Amino acid sequence: MTPAGLWSHAVMDRREFFRTLGGVVVLLTAEPLEAQQGSGASQAAPRDIAAWLHIGEDNVTTVFTGKVEVGQDIRTSLAQAVAEELHAPVSSIRLVMGDTDRVPFDMGTFGSRTTPFMAPQLRRAAAAMRQVLAELAAERWGCSPEAVTIEAGLVKGPAGKTATFSELTKGQRILKEIGESTPLARPEHWKTLGSSVPKANGVALVTGRHEFPSDIRLPGMLYGKVLRPPAFGATLVSADPSQAERIPGVTVVREGNFIGAAAPDEATASQAVAAIRAEWKLTPQPRAAELFDYLKKNPAPMEGFGGASRHVVGDVSQGLAAADHQLRQSYTVAYIAHAPLEPRAAVAHWENGKLTVWTGTQRPFGVRSELARAFGVSETQVRVIVPDTGSGYGGKHAGDAAIEAARLARAAGKPVKVVWTREEEFTWAYFRPAGVIEVTSGVRRDGIVTAWEFHNYNSGPAAIRTPYAIEHQHIEFHPARSPLRQGSYRALAATANHFARETHMDELAALVGMDPLEFRLKNSKDPRLRAVLAAAAEKFGWSRRQKASGTGFGVAAGFEKGGYVATCAEVSVDRTSGAVRVVRVVEAFECGAIVNPDHLRSQVEGCIVMGLGGALFEAIEFEDGRILNPRFSNYRVPRFSDLPQIEVVLLDRKDLPPAGGGETPIVGIAPAVGNAVFGAVGVRLRALPLVPHGLKT
Amino acid sequence: MIELHVNGKTYTTGAPSERPLLGVLRDELGLTGTKYGCGEGVCGACTVLVDGRAVRSCVTPLRAVVGRAITTIEGLAPKDRLHPVQEAFLEAGAMQCGYCTPGMILSAVALLSRHPDPGIAEIVRFMDGNICRCGVYSRIIAAIRSAAAKMRRTV
Ligand code: FES
Ligand code: FES
Repeated sequence: MTPAGLWSHAVMDRREFFRTLGGVVVLLTAEPLEAQQGSGASQAAPRDIAAWLHIGEDNVTTVFTGKVEVGQDIRTSLAQAVAEELHAPVSSIRLVMGDTDRVPFDMGTFGSRTTPFMAPQLRRAAAAMRQVLAELAAERWGCSPEAVTIEAGLVKGPAGKTATFSELTKGQRILKEIGESTPLARPEHWKTLGSSVPKANGVALVTGRHEFPSDIRLPGMLYGKVLRPPAFGATLVSADPSQAERIPGVTVVREGNFIGAAAPDEATASQAVAAIRAEWKLTPQPRAAELFDYLKKNPAPMEGFGGASRHVVGDVSQGLAAADHQLRQSYTVAYIAHAPLEPRAAVAHWENGKLTVWTGTQRPFGVRSELARAFGVSETQVRVIVPDTGSGYGGKHAGDAAIEAARLARAAGKPVKVVWTREEEFTWAYFRPAGVIEVTSGVRRDGIVTAWEFHNYNSGPAAIRTPYAIEHQHIEFHPARSPLRQGSYRALAATANHFARETHMDELAALVGMDPLEFRLKNSKDPRLRAVLAAAAEKFGWSRRQKASGTGFGVAAGFEKGGYVATCAEVSVDRTSGAVRVVRVVEAFECGAIVNPDHLRSQVEGCIVMGLGGALFEAIEFEDGRILNPRFSNYRVPRFSDLPQIEVVLLDRKDLPPAGGGETPIVGIAPAVGNAVFGAVGVRLRALPLVPHGLKT
Repeated sequence: MIELHVNGKTYTTGAPSERPLLGVLRDELGLTGTKYGCGEGVCGACTVLVDGRAVRSCVTPLRAVVGRAITTIEGLAPKDRLHPVQEAFLEAGAMQCGYCTPGMILSAVALLSRHPDPGIAEIVRFMDGNICRCGVYSRIIAAIRSAAAKMRRTV
């Protein structure tokens, strides 16, 4: 059995395989994880092994994980995690990621779950590996394992004896299975974790040597193109491929609504699909102008995650009665696009009935299931390999490109590559949900919020609960039928919910004439929330800074996925032109013990920049089932010239387990900027994007 | 047949002369370090150097580069060595997914060849056509400034 076929075999065979590998293998057997949120279709798959490590004869430790690298730097942080417990240099750790034939099942890389869940599992496996090495050394040197120490990859025993890992593992066939209770190094003793280890494959990236999914090439490979419908909801009535088929080397494939072509080069493939004469039947699609009304009037019955949720404490009507002021406002967020710089791409290859697909996805096993279903083969006949990908931001969960490439490859009898154009990526991927949020609240003259009723239509339930201590609450998520295809986005609906909540809190502060920072502190009992607020305000100089005319300050704070964030923004507004410029952003972030300070800082900076796009100007425009701005020339994303001065304050809580940091830092920027615009010119903005065409006053 | 001079080597292609350079580099010559991001000249992912100037290869027809020296990311530095700009990007941690990185680096090299000591405003102006969706702009600016300092010291 080769490693490639490993995971398609029964559990017992697999154990047998590990034994034949030689060296030392550590398997971590884990309890099944609870259903993970945000993945779309969830699978009931065997989770007998959660992670495995192998030390061969070359001193390299290989780690096998189903997580994928899309720019969040987990290839580095997971190597750090293993190095920490193994007492080995990071450079001796190699990760095999996202290859469904070689790595244990994993639900997917999303929801900031790698750091809190995968890293501890790998650390346990590494700690057990260290123990095995100590025992091997003890046996060889005739001492007790306690007399053996391991430092920087070198095993040391009594009387100056030393050995490398491979000297000890040579000729061994050890398989060790461990559970989840293996103890781990405490953060205050960390040597490798907690330090800014440089990016794992940085050199390959700066030299262009790294092969992204869209860079994969196979011998004899063809290029595929799909004929896209003219609008969402269109069905293919008839197609005449005869002209296209006359082009040399072209294979046209039609299956149901799918019609596409494969050709020896991309230009010919494009030419071929353009030559297909197709007739489509259009169906009426909701209009953009009635979007928010539509979402409120079209509830969707959904179960589980993404389904309706309701959280009630106390009695809002009592809370309102106890208030001196009541406020009712509604907030909206637009559909926006992830627009990863690398569009969806896949290379598919059929060989003896087995399908191998290289593709950029955050759910290799999910895409494997999609492929198996699409082609009526068993999952063991499908291998999905995910090379480190040109980002995802929650946008690469589905396997569309993989299925398209596989369909064309099967018909053509050759490997086929499909790379979506930017226009396809903007149109046929999925969007961050649009939504309407209605808030009704009551506040006492002294600044205590007494009632909080919060209804979110369609945008999602993530971070929907308020972190503030409010006696009477009613918080509800109402799923709706979305006119456009929608899905996960960095931090999911936490951005929309924070935008509504933190804007509304600002409105309440203004209503009682209180400083927005003081108002938040007054209503917050959570020490971690208070700590990030204080840290951001201090660095920003909230109470000291002088405001120039036309400039304003805004603050926002929140909590999600184990991370606390507070953001202060300074904007300047040109009243004549309406131009709004974000001048400075200070963000404090705390997600427990910090794993890699430099990479965390980079994630926070990236979240601020990406968040600025959704805050200020990003919006998908649509009509009649068509996207009107499917290009970078008419869908504006943040550029160098949009960059504010950014200052990041990281709070390191060595007493708390690490949480992920690639998502939550995005949630504060939109409300902080909106609140700063109010501070500057007294105009309250309640829709995202805030100023797609400048500020109209 | 069209002759192309890429990274010091001569290649011939049978592609029509109006075809954009990008696809030929990637699919025919196997130089996949040059990336596709938009196909309309507005993201910078496909940037290459033509006679030292930054050019968007997705909107540059082959006929425009005949007889000129094309440098892609693969040819920026001799094998096993790094250009100071590449080093600076690594040192500044100026990438996350790294997909924009080749285009960023080549644009930066073109900028520094004309302005050995650019200020922030100049960098922003020159680089504004390059998108980094991961948003590591401030680190890229820092990398360009430190590369500039390093290169001035060594000339
Ligand atoms: S791909 Fe050429 S500029 Fe975007
Ligand atoms: S690092 Fe991902 S696009 Fe720039």
